[in-house]
Amino acid sequence: MSLATRIIPCLDVKDGRVVKGINFLNLVDAGDPVEMAQIYNNEGADEITFLDITASSQGRSTTLEVVRRSADQLFIPLTVGGGISSTDDVNQLLRAGADKVSINTAALKRPELINEISESFGSQVLVISIDAKRSRSSSGFEVTTHGGSISTGIDALDWIKEAIERGVGEILLNSMDTDGTRAGYDLELIRLVRAISPVPIIASGGAGDISDFAKALESGADALLAASVFHFGIYRISDIKRDLGRKGFTVRQGNQIGQN
Amino acid sequence: MIAILDYGSGNIRSAQRAFEKTKHQVIVTSDYQEAVSADGLVVPGVGAFGSCMKALLKIDGDKIIKERQQEKKKTLGICVGMQILFESSDELLNGESIKGLGIFPGRVVRLEAPVIPHMGFNEVEVDETSKLFKGIEKERFYFVHSYAAKDPVVGANSYCDYGGGFLAAIESQTVSAVQFHPEKSGAAGLALIENWASGL
Repeated sequence: MSLATRIIPCLDVKDGRVVKGINFLNLVDAGDPVEMAQIYNNEGADEITFLDITASSQGRSTTLEVVRRSADQLFIPLTVGGGISSTDDVNQLLRAGADKVSINTAALKRPELINEISESFGSQVLVISIDAKRSRSSSGFEVTTHGGSISTGIDALDWIKEAIERGVGEILLNSMDTDGTRAGYDLELIRLVRAISPVPIIASGGAGDISDFAKALESGADALLAASVFHFGIYRISDIKRDLGRKGFTVRQGNQIGQN
Repeated sequence: MIAILDYGSGNIRSAQRAFEKTKHQVIVTSDYQEAVSADGLVVPGVGAFGSCMKALLKIDGDKIIKERQQEKKKTLGICVGMQILFESSDELLNGESIKGLGIFPGRVVRLEAPVIPHMGFNEVEVDETSKLFKGIEKERFYFVHSYAAKDPVVGANSYCDYGGGFLAAIESQTVSAVQFHPEKSGAAGLALIENWASGL
């Protein structure tokens, strides 16, 4: 008996529409996040992440509607990140049907937000998203914002330790050096964070070759997030799971008992 | 009719939609009479053990669950909604130990594994007398928790293993509970919900 590795496709959503589409299937509506999430669900995704890159408040209410529609059709965990800065935001998302929320910049600005959310809703709903980049910082990695373009001067490991102490339930570890390169996850970063983190680590950024996924697990990741390799149809989720299974990792075979 | 007990913040919508997949009418309510009289009551988990108990007491949820038990009406606890059925928990609220409902004896304890919370799809060793898992004995279910009950109770006891065995599901004549989230466990979870609902 053992826990299965989670494979998590990530969809960027703007004003209620998916920005980076899935290119490998004939979709009725290539921009509908719920339809895309459904496809990934059918392909064996263990969880779905929506990253809301909307800037306007009107766009935010659209996102809530997307979450509601997802909860109506999707019976696997849903994480929503982007623009969350208060317990009210979290409450609205959970009420709409999100299972977890991921916070990033707002927690850097006001770390108490972590305590507030975990005390109100439990640490299991709270994912801290870290955009780490190699630097001269003491651990060799610092925290950045705005897609890696702005340095915070905060050491990545120091920030992760603080976030765990304050009550996050999970770490979404994005490497800004490997993000979008498809050159593989940053294994050194994963190993460093694993050494100090008792909470689950989701590796993110850089997945390109099928062997990258097993390497991230060997380095200490608990779950694997990817976007473009799935969206562009380079690999199917089932390809990744088959490869991991062959290498001795535990994976869940999705929908064994048919569709509901 | 199935009532989903609404007593605080959390993702109730997915549970509502999942139970609506059964043939039963589903209501989300915090009303005493509605909750007591429903054919089936679902008690979802909200936050941590202590905050969950406090929120439950505010709407007399303890009395609702116990009254239903006396009237032999079925109740299903989910996640922390399972944990609060026990006497107490290792999980403190501001350093204070909060009493559970004590419908089942024993204490909810912290899991002992290198990585906590236990998060993701895991297997369940199903009790051979289980009705909840009928036809879905070999499936995985979605867990997300740091605490669990370990000692067997009266009825069917199904176990999961994460840094040691713990109760994944318990089934007594009226009160049943699952530590995992059936509403988040894909087709297998919906099948489990159907099994419970068909016994109402």
